[in-house]
Amino acid sequence: MRYFVRRTLHAVFLLFGVSLLTFLFSALTPGNYFDEMRLNPQISPETVVALRAQYQLDRPLAVRYAHWLNAVAHGDMGFSFAYNSPVGPLLWVRARNTLLLTVTATLLAWLLALPLGIWSASRFGRAPDRVISWTTATLLVIPDLVLALGLLIIAVRTGWFPTGGLASVGFNELSPLHKLRDVALHMALPVIALVLAALPTLVRHVRASVAEVLDAPFLRAALGHGIPQRKLLFHYALRAAANPLISLFGFSVGTLLSGSLLVEVVMSWPGLGPFLLEAILARDLYVVIGGVLLSMIFLVVGNLLADVLLYWADPRIRTAASAK
Amino acid sequence: MKPRRKLTIWLVVLVVLHGIIAAAGFFAPYDPVEQDRERPYVPPMHIHMMDPQGHFRLRPFFHPLRLREGSFDQYEEDATRVVALHFFARGAAYRLLGVVPSRLHLFGAAGARVYLLGSDAYGRDQLSRILYGGQISLLAGLLGAGVTLFFGALIGMAAGYYGGWRDELLMRAAELFLALPWLYLLFALRAFLPLAVSPLEAFLLVVVVIGMVGWARPARLVRGVVLSMKERDFVRAARGFGASDIYLLRRHILPETASVLLTQAAILVPQFVLAEMTLSFLGLGVPEPMSSWGNLLATLQQYNVLVSYWWMYLPALAIVPFFLGYLSLASALQERAGTYKIEEKGGWNPL
Repeated sequence: MRYFVRRTLHAVFLLFGVSLLTFLFSALTPGNYFDEMRLNPQISPETVVALRAQYQLDRPLAVRYAHWLNAVAHGDMGFSFAYNSPVGPLLWVRARNTLLLTVTATLLAWLLALPLGIWSASRFGRAPDRVISWTTATLLVIPDLVLALGLLIIAVRTGWFPTGGLASVGFNELSPLHKLRDVALHMALPVIALVLAALPTLVRHVRASVAEVLDAPFLRAALGHGIPQRKLLFHYALRAAANPLISLFGFSVGTLLSGSLLVEVVMSWPGLGPFLLEAILARDLYVVIGGVLLSMIFLVVGNLLADVLLYWADPRIRTAASAK
Repeated sequence: MKPRRKLTIWLVVLVVLHGIIAAAGFFAPYDPVEQDRERPYVPPMHIHMMDPQGHFRLRPFFHPLRLREGSFDQYEEDATRVVALHFFARGAAYRLLGVVPSRLHLFGAAGARVYLLGSDAYGRDQLSRILYGGQISLLAGLLGAGVTLFFGALIGMAAGYYGGWRDELLMRAAELFLALPWLYLLFALRAFLPLAVSPLEAFLLVVVVIGMVGWARPARLVRGVVLSMKERDFVRAARGFGASDIYLLRRHILPETASVLLTQAAILVPQFVLAEMTLSFLGLGVPEPMSSWGNLLATLQQYNVLVSYWWMYLPALAIVPFFLGYLSLASALQERAGTYKIEEKGGWNPL
């Protein structure tokens, strides 16, 4: 238990660090949301000053940070200038869509990567392994932006998948089953882009870890005892190889979030990506800070999940943690 | 293949690729900002060797395009006109590598403009824009990697050499930067810098933003090298003879980090070129009329362009050979150094 308390404290510390850092950076920013108003002859300078005071942009940084922390504690994460409403609820709607995309993509990517990687490792150096290695190598040299745009063009030209948005126009009139189908179809393209971007790295790691374990004496012995290959691979080898893979899962959350941000903008998925971009262009300070912080929260949760999995999968960590 | 040989091959490939981009003026038939408002969105032209009469011609030629009857954006070949392609032709003035003034181009045509990769909304030659855009994107990537490695090495050496609370503080900060999703970090940094700036300022801004993102990993690797080096006998001996910290770091420790830094450079440059592309694609980077691989792709955000003019996607493919080259170089460097760590196991290594 101490183990998790320590990890959680670490995570909270990390979040504090990020929020402080973003705030410090924001203090260095030349210009803010209201600068643009100043150029507008229809808005008097007094109004701008009053607005600045209302949103407390004229207060010192420490006071603003304290206020913001208070707002975070109340769940509204500051105030959006452009939307004239608390940031929290605005962010959550987008974050839900982003999560829908990333969680689906993660699950799919791992479901594909595990069997492919294991298969590749079990035929190390032979035809299937070579085909998989070359395919992943090819995918690795195609950056996600190039991949996402390419998929989009294919989709638009062939009409196989709907592009843009989360649902069709008449979504509300559809039956629940058709609603599900509609969202799934709209999700297909961004999910494919994310999975294809994440897959090569995952497959390569699975292959490398499993191949290493397959050389171990205990597995040779197991093979000699006539244990069927499938059980050998998926039960013994995978378990022994799980440790670095679970750590990789923790690492890959960050990459996936970045990838999702880009894919969302390219494919007009109403997630955090387009929302954040819009906020940057409008200098909507608290939305940007909130978005960055939210991504950190996802990241931390992903890493905690990895820790829990590691604890569950690796007896060495369990005993080390309870011995302390 | 032997690591050494592999290294040589990929180095040559990369030098050639960079050479083409560096000499963009020569390989590009036109000036990248020269417009032809009569020819917006011309599709890539076909180069022929057989003329309409079925005779073989030694000199490749093309038929100029004209608007199809009753259409405003559909072109067709005007088979009655034949324009020959001239090699080493004289054309728009440019400065080779920014210094040598010249008018010589690899190819050109007199009488009609040739669009090998089509034209954009203003009738600017897509091939020329890709070549010139590469200069911006690659320079941003190279400079960004330079900035990152400089700070990474500096921070890593300081943390590893001095240890104690400095090490603790710097490495906690590095963990923070490693944990942050890089695109969010890029966004956040960009959000806090001015939006409306001149093209040159924007370019420098992009370099700075990119350069600030990636210092954590090289810093950690350099720190590891420094930690092991500073206890080596020859370093201790030098210190015993009264060498100063700066001298030790510069003379004995920095050279040992070269292999780590080189490998990191090969990994970082393509990533940073991509970062520039991403920023410019999103409208946060290099602005028009300057071209970069990123802002050339920005037009694809318009639906009609996406549907009708597929050749606007071609700039995206320009980065692929560079990715291939750099990733192969990185893997060859790693093999040569014999450091094949778990972290890099998922790296790019097809052979």
